Amino acid sequence: MGLIMNDETILLAHGSGSRLSHDLIEKNVLPPLNNPLLAKLDDSAVFDLSGRLAFTTDSYVVSPIFFPGGDIGKLAVCGTVNDLSMSGAAPLYLSLSFIIEEGLTIGELKKVVGSIKAAAEEAGVNIVTGDTKVVNRGSADKLFINTSGIGIIPEDIDISGANAKVGDKIILSGTIGDHGIAVMSQREGLKFSVPVQSDCAPLNKLVSQMLEASSKINCLRDPTRGGLATTLNEFARQSGVGIRIEEEKIPVRDGVRAACELLGFDPLYVANEGKLVAIVAPNNAGKILAKMKRNKYGTEAAIIGEVTDEHKGKVILKTRLGASRIVDMLSGELLPRIC
Amino acid sequence: MKFIDEFRDVELAKKLVNRIKQLSTRPTRLMEFCGGHTVSIMRSGLRQLLPPTAQMLSGPGCPVCVTANADIDKAIALASLPDVIITTFGDMMKVPGSYSSLQQARAAEADIRIVYSTQDALQIARDNPTQSVIFIGIGFETTAPTIAASVLQAENEGIKNYYVLCLSKLCPPIMKALLDLGELKLDGIVCPGHVSAIIGSRPYEFIPRDYGVACVVSGFEPLDILLSVEMLVEQIESGKPKVEIAYRRSVKPEGNKTALEVMDRVFEVNSADWRGIGVVPASGLKIRNKFERFDAEQAFSITLEPVREAKGCICGDILRGVKTPNDCKLFRKVCSPEHPVGPCMVSSEGSCAAYYQYETV
Repeated sequence: MGLIMNDETILLAHGSGSRLSHDLIEKNVLPPLNNPLLAKLDDSAVFDLSGRLAFTTDSYVVSPIFFPGGDIGKLAVCGTVNDLSMSGAAPLYLSLSFIIEEGLTIGELKKVVGSIKAAAEEAGVNIVTGDTKVVNRGSADKLFINTSGIGIIPEDIDISGANAKVGDKIILSGTIGDHGIAVMSQREGLKFSVPVQSDCAPLNKLVSQMLEASSKINCLRDPTRGGLATTLNEFARQSGVGIRIEEEKIPVRDGVRAACELLGFDPLYVANEGKLVAIVAPNNAGKILAKMKRNKYGTEAAIIGEVTDEHKGKVILKTRLGASRIVDMLSGELLPRIC
Repeated sequence: MKFIDEFRDVELAKKLVNRIKQLSTRPTRLMEFCGGHTVSIMRSGLRQLLPPTAQMLSGPGCPVCVTANADIDKAIALASLPDVIITTFGDMMKVPGSYSSLQQARAAEADIRIVYSTQDALQIARDNPTQSVIFIGIGFETTAPTIAASVLQAENEGIKNYYVLCLSKLCPPIMKALLDLGELKLDGIVCPGHVSAIIGSRPYEFIPRDYGVACVVSGFEPLDILLSVEMLVEQIESGKPKVEIAYRRSVKPEGNKTALEVMDRVFEVNSADWRGIGVVPASGLKIRNKFERFDAEQAFSITLEPVREAKGCICGDILRGVKTPNDCKLFRKVCSPEHPVGPCMVSSEGSCAAYYQYETV
């Protein structure tokens, strides 16, 4: 049995189910993620759960796999934790599947697994089952990850994109566009230096604190691909209401704004991985916002607009200059493979 | 200074809007020449704020949009040649030509790569010495100097596999062509900012002199454009049209001498084919004979099918400012950014894309 070095590359043989496969996983993946359910290494993780469950899955194909403020591993945990959180669920268990392109180094894999461990610890979730495949060069791009997650929804929670009511307030948890611009800044042929980090973060604790303030959150969603504009349009259509937001109330970092100017993007359409939008009854908005501002992922939270009975199904933006325009869904692709 | 916030100051904007309202007494037709201006106007909702007397029309200043079908067909034909790598700005990928688009050609296994500058294209040429690397050279005077510089650099370094399909176009001659057509009865032109950073403001002097049309060179922030409109209205109301610069932080009357010299070394003035307008004499650039080995049209022989135009598409009328996207039967129904029929819906600076994305209420 040879010593595995960090700069050693992963070969097709590592995915063959042979001793090499076992070595790869037992040395590099299992120890950091260890927990009693995973340690059994049976074909399925077996556990008891009761109550209303939420179950979700997502695949992560971001390029490059390392970017300022995170990497594909952190993203794979946070993305799935956040999807569960947005239905009000407390996330518990995640599955983790790697599709590795031969040629990835062991060091790169270890770094990604380290990020998975850190993100899972922060979110308080366990990775309880997993899989690793290695494919030919060109059949994947370095590393793809799939995670699925399961969580329990507390009683009295009814969150849906169809629940927005006229008069409700729209709360955004912080600055928009950070993730998309951080990833874009690393793209081959477009490397530019912006002081922007991805906002990639697990939001389950923020959500549970919001629910402590009031269980009456009508809509909750994380504005990932397609950005804030797309999420608000989804709410407007699902709930059959109008949404009016004010440009000057939406926080955008200077670096993101500058990069968007340069690239011809609108921050409203740029992806986020650590932000949420909540639609809440006006009498609950103040206490929910106050709670959010005390969480490190909500310090810049703000009420950015409200639900109206005008322009049903549409999102209207009041520009800085005081004019009004329709903010449509993202059309076409802005940036491919950002998550 | 952050160079963004200062030019979006709401109080200053209100003052300018009020001043325009006070000054403007008679119906005035203004054209923003540049697609970048159209996007900024639509995004900030600036049209809504102007008095009804000040009408803004969108002009032909979108390099992707004015590229004729015949030229897109050429690019696609070059892409289908063996051992050729096409390098292009991303906006060109989806533009439909007569029969296909570069995007479709790429799906059919042509090697087409999106670059952000001619430097990237040169690097691809260095990295692939056995392939021919062709840069699709679209754009106005803003991009022409960088294309010229890439040709000079290729010559200095002895890069023998780098070529340019030269589709560069010039702004003042097309302004003259539009004014000669006489369809618009313009009172003033918001002149392009980046183009003028290269050519200066002097090349527009024939416009007030020969046509009595006011000219102000504008930057791209909402305040820049409001200031330019205010200056135009003031000129028009006083009956004394002239050329002024509202974008002084970037534009000098004489332009950028170095850039102009580089352009002049590599290019000579030539006729150009403009979508919706046709072939206009002395409105484009051609690679000089001295550098003809870099000219893709000289170096490769291609055969082209007859040019076809998309049925019902009024991009040509929109580019001339005669119609707006809302006048088009295809707009929002058949033609959308996902399924563009004409180029004005493809380019991020195209009028149709800007009207689609930033509809006002």
